[in-house]
Amino acid sequence: MKKQFDALRKRYTLCILVQDIPGVLSQVARLFSRKGYNIESIVSGATDRPHITRISIEIVADEMMIEQIAAQCRKLLPVLAVKVLDSEGSIHREIALIKVRTEDRDGREEIIQIANIFRAKIIDICKDSLTIAVFGTPVKNDALIDTLSDFSILEIAKSGTLAMERGPGTIYQELRDEE
Amino acid sequence: MKIRSTQAILECLLEQGVDTVFGYPGGTILNLYDELYRYRDRIRHILTSHEQGASHAADGYARATGKVGVCFATSGPGATNLTTGIATAHLDSSPVVFITCNVSENLLGKDAFQEVDITGIAMPITKATFLVRDPEEIVPVMRQAFVVASSGRPGPVLIDFLKNVTAPSQTVEYAPVPAILQGDRLPEIRALRRRLSAPQPDEGEITRLLEMIRQSERPFLLCGGGVVRGRASAEFLAFAEKLDAPVAITVMGGGGIAGDHRLSTGMIGMHGSHASNTACAECDLLIAVGCRFSDRIATDAATFAQQAKIAQIDIDQSEIDKNILTDLHIVGDAKAVLFALNARMGQMQHTEWKERILSLRPPEEAAQSGGTLAPAQIMDVINRIAPENTIFSTDVGQHQMWAIQSVHFRYPGQLLTSGGFGTMGFGLGAAIGAQAGFPDRRVLHLTGDGCFRMNCNELATVEHYRFPIVTVVFNNGCLGMVRQWQTLIYGKRFSETTLDRGPDFVKLAEAYGLRGYRAATAAEFEAAFRSALDCGSGAVIDAALNMDEMVRPMVAGGSPVTDFLLD
Repeated sequence: MKKQFDALRKRYTLCILVQDIPGVLSQVARLFSRKGYNIESIVSGATDRPHITRISIEIVADEMMIEQIAAQCRKLLPVLAVKVLDSEGSIHREIALIKVRTEDRDGREEIIQIANIFRAKIIDICKDSLTIAVFGTPVKNDALIDTLSDFSILEIAKSGTLAMERGPGTIYQELRDEE
Repeated sequence: MKIRSTQAILECLLEQGVDTVFGYPGGTILNLYDELYRYRDRIRHILTSHEQGASHAADGYARATGKVGVCFATSGPGATNLTTGIATAHLDSSPVVFITCNVSENLLGKDAFQEVDITGIAMPITKATFLVRDPEEIVPVMRQAFVVASSGRPGPVLIDFLKNVTAPSQTVEYAPVPAILQGDRLPEIRALRRRLSAPQPDEGEITRLLEMIRQSERPFLLCGGGVVRGRASAEFLAFAEKLDAPVAITVMGGGGIAGDHRLSTGMIGMHGSHASNTACAECDLLIAVGCRFSDRIATDAATFAQQAKIAQIDIDQSEIDKNILTDLHIVGDAKAVLFALNARMGQMQHTEWKERILSLRPPEEAAQSGGTLAPAQIMDVINRIAPENTIFSTDVGQHQMWAIQSVHFRYPGQLLTSGGFGTMGFGLGAAIGAQAGFPDRRVLHLTGDGCFRMNCNELATVEHYRFPIVTVVFNNGCLGMVRQWQTLIYGKRFSETTLDRGPDFVKLAEAYGLRGYRAATAAEFEAAFRSALDCGSGAVIDAALNMDEMVRPMVAGGSPVTDFLLD
């Protein structure tokens, strides 16, 4: 039987463990650019294992395309493990920093209330602005940003999405056999 | 023991059994060439006219010998001149280690003279790139590079050494490992090779394929480049004969099975034979070995082998289900998979199906004599006169297709051609590489006038090293394959494909100190070819062809393989 690929384009997160050597991020990123795909977000950071970096790349794609990129990614020398996560079987979180202009005291109060409802934190405040840090699912963070858009948003910085499989399974199970 | 860093680079080459290097020196690689001078009795360096020629020579050497090719170049333009050669090797899975040197650490990233980020440029066209900034990395990186290039699916690797790393004052710790090839005695190298090598074929998948074979009434076998690279022709032949089915080759599969074998139907795809393409459309089981179903094979992926179950045997997991969806796949080395299949497979018989397909092969008839020279006449002379073990290198276009359609390649490494990347100008460099690897074998370079004009500067290399390479120029005064498309698809608007210009290839050959011949009839060509083979030096035969010769049959890209645009 030929394999059936889901042709529907949806959001996937590709989690990749790599050796922390120069150039590895661009090596991974170019696999997307050569096919003309736009990376929705990319996060790179240390793990619990020495000299191993975890890269999480969020992308909207069909299943065949994401499987092909994952297969090509596995061929890269510094790549140690690759896991494709879709939104059902995994948890996703991102951080956003949102700087909002505050015209007067009432406006500031209202923004702080909204932030509290979203369990966001005020991490900087002065007479003319305040900065909110929110940690949550991309959907929640976007909802906060949407609500704050009634005020004057000066700047937004997002971390990109981190993803992890639900349950006890880990990406380390994908690690290649090493001697 | 402590040795100079450049010494370590060359010792690591010797460790791998490298005795021939192709290249071109320059400012940043001076230290390495200075060391090479001391090693000149152990490592032969072939100096080409241009770095591109060196890159194709190292590639041709690798393809012909099955060993890893090695190529040196300097920074900046020296390095970028390699890129076409690197991509050519990459697309055709040829193991080559490219070594460049870059500017010193203190100048890196400052747009210094002849500085370019070659590891960045080469990233998408190599299996791996290494930027070496610390002398202590030299030995491990050199050893890794050879393992990466030759393990699993072979391919090119690039190492870029900063100039300061190669400075004469730099010394590194080096412990010789003489028999590194014989046993991978270093644990880290052994681990790397194991990680990169193909897995053992899965017995369950083998069983399933054998079951599919038993159920099949009309099996069809495809010989791809993996059979050639994996040097699996003996196992492939045994499998084909047990399967008792028609066998087609891809361009890269040429030499995987003898072209005149009783089951052979010749090439498949855009310029595939009627027998191959019909078998593809009518078979109920297609078994492809070492083939990625490129767009030149599966001209229309949707209708390709539509009635068939498709089984793909490939060393590279990422080729599975990439271009064509398969019903079954076995990831593994062609030799190992075919061996496992053969061990458990009985003799099949498909007389009726086989006879139907094989009857579609055109009768082997002698080329017509007389008249103006035709491609078939050239191929006929070459087939009759060239020694059995001749190595053929080609460029890209009509002459390439004619050669692969008519020469009966018999074993891997006999055909050197740029199948994936389609690099015009590949042939002469590749021929030089093959001749360097096999000094006693006849090497023929088949080319067109367009391709030859691109890199004919390497005739200087042919002459200098006394390589008796015979170049046959299929000279139709135009870019024949492009003109063919313009004739058939672009309303005969011959936009910029007419090459009504010099040089005179006979005079050109003579200017390089080689023999030049001109031929306008079959008799003249035969006389020229015989003389060229015996002349003791390199030679160029300018064979005049009609501008409107076409490669037949032809299927347009995007059409089903049996939708012949030309019969």
